[in-house]
Amino acid sequence: MNRIAATFAKPRPALVCFLTAGDGDTAANLDALVAGGADVVELGMPFTDPMADGPAIQKANLRSLGAGTTTADVLASASAFRQRHPHIPLVLMGYANPMVRRGPEWFASAAKEAGVDGVICVDIPPEEDAALGPALRESGISPIRLATPTTDAARLPAVLDGSSGFLYYVAVAGITGMQQAAIESIEANVTRIKQSTDIPIAVGFGVRTPEQAAEIANVADGVVVGSALVELVEKYGANAPEHIRTLTASLADAIHGAR
Amino acid sequence: MSTIANSFRTQPDDSGHFGQFGGRYVAETLMPLILDLEKHYRAAKADPAFQAEFDDLLEHYVGRPSPLYFAERLTEALGGGQIWFKREELNHTGAHKINNCIGQILLAIRMGKTRIIAETGAGQHGVATATVCARFGLPCTIFMGATDVARQQPNVFRMKLLGAEVVPVESGAATLKDAMNEALRHWVAHVDDTFYIIGTAAGPHPYPELVRDFQSVIGKEARAQLLSRTGKLPDLLLAAVGGGSNAIGLFHPFLDDPDVKMIGIEAAGHGIESGQHAASLTGGSPGVLHGNKTYLLQDADGQITEAHSISAGLDYPGIGPEHSWLHESGRVEYLPVTDDEALDAFQTCCRLEGIIPALESAHALAALPKVAKDFREDQIILVNVSGRGDKDIFTVADALGVKI
Repeated sequence: MNRIAATFAKPRPALVCFLTAGDGDTAANLDALVAGGADVVELGMPFTDPMADGPAIQKANLRSLGAGTTTADVLASASAFRQRHPHIPLVLMGYANPMVRRGPEWFASAAKEAGVDGVICVDIPPEEDAALGPALRESGISPIRLATPTTDAARLPAVLDGSSGFLYYVAVAGITGMQQAAIESIEANVTRIKQSTDIPIAVGFGVRTPEQAAEIANVADGVVVGSALVELVEKYGANAPEHIRTLTASLADAIHGAR
Repeated sequence: MSTIANSFRTQPDDSGHFGQFGGRYVAETLMPLILDLEKHYRAAKADPAFQAEFDDLLEHYVGRPSPLYFAERLTEALGGGQIWFKREELNHTGAHKINNCIGQILLAIRMGKTRIIAETGAGQHGVATATVCARFGLPCTIFMGATDVARQQPNVFRMKLLGAEVVPVESGAATLKDAMNEALRHWVAHVDDTFYIIGTAAGPHPYPELVRDFQSVIGKEARAQLLSRTGKLPDLLLAAVGGGSNAIGLFHPFLDDPDVKMIGIEAAGHGIESGQHAASLTGGSPGVLHGNKTYLLQDADGQITEAHSISAGLDYPGIGPEHSWLHESGRVEYLPVTDDEALDAFQTCCRLEGIIPALESAHALAALPKVAKDFREDQIILVNVSGRGDKDIFTVADALGVKI
């Protein structure tokens, strides 16, 4: 069983945590996520034009690029994380252009070598799967797709086809870190999607507090938190790890005890 | 759909690709919406009533057909082929941009959308969008980089007079690329009621196709006008290319005429070798941005680099995907022209023809001294004068060291 499947096979909801690579002390910040109890780590690949992100993650992208972060640095961070944490699933998240720049095969094989388990590419929908999906599958990396409130029944099979690991349900039609969706809407959509697939479903966008996370953990297989963690890097800089660990621990407690 | 062998006019394919370019590289939230847009566009294209309303507005509101004009003194000064202008600068709002805005707002109304958003760089597309929103009574929000807001105050005020809300975008370098990012972010959060009027022949499918189709009125008219006045087709077409909407509008109806040569002019800024330019084809490489695969200015890691051009309308690090395809297929040639060359051509056109061209159009005109002599006196060079240059006089004065 691979690392993602093993994590979601546990009898408790999973906490999925996002941080942008190269923003602050990446190794220390990622270790703080693990120490706090994160089940899956999403490492953001910085991009100059993060079209799907709100202000918090946009700024993290710019800070990282401003500090000179390269694709090689992101892969080195992933690889070092894998050395330190052999069992925690690691997912790269980002935009198409940095991923396909040297060709999809190059990226898939470099990510595999770094110990990456899954890839979320925000701007490659199923219609453009050929740009990256086949290379990832060939390398044994899970292409993790996004489903949204606008993904209707007619479209859902196309989204599910070729995706693996888990499905990332985007709770609100919008960008990261902004408003929160009503739990009723999340529950209805997760229930609807579950009728079509056995892939675990993690819910993200707009989740900031342990209370919200616990509520969502009641109805989904996992909860994704990103902007709230990224904001701690902005606010505390070199002292971010202890704050990241504290928030992650309170999220993990709330999620793991939800049901 | 039947395919004509060796035709250059049957792109994109059913999935929105021009060869390897184009496509629909958007977040999942937008996918259902752009699929719906495509469905409505197909229906509109097949509906004679839609076409009739579009044609009627172009005639009576925009002022089409735009004239075809023989630039006699410029021809004499340069020597070589006859130089003719397609006078898009005489359209309502002063540029070709309005053709596309009329088409898209009719589509928005047909889809039942009640709000319009758009991005703008120099403000020309913003003004054209605000204009059609006023005409049809729809609320309008224009995203514009804060840097551009500061340097294009007259257009900001025009948009406001027309009833639009102008949102300054502070992210990134606060120019056109960032305005487009912010428009996409806004759109994704307002998919139910909002239509995004993209200003150039780029973005996710079907935008490059529909913008091209709406702008093709330029080439169709020019073709008919030239045939009726000279009995011939042109020997060379020249048009400036930023995103590429005025160029594709002129070129597309001629693509299958093998004797018509075409050159798209890219903005070379301070020169390709300086690294400060906006020539995606000459100085860039293929990548994915803003919903499509196309040539981009980018570094080795795929990070997008800032463009530079004296012409704000050409100051964008990408290009429409059909141009990338026409470039690779060799059907259209693309040449870079620098800021200085464009400034010279701007002044020459003012003095010899009594026409103040937009700095964008001045790039097309700047190719004339290089190519006109390659043509005989009975051959025809047709230049798209895509916009008027009143908006640019402050920039030009500044570049010439004149205080207004």
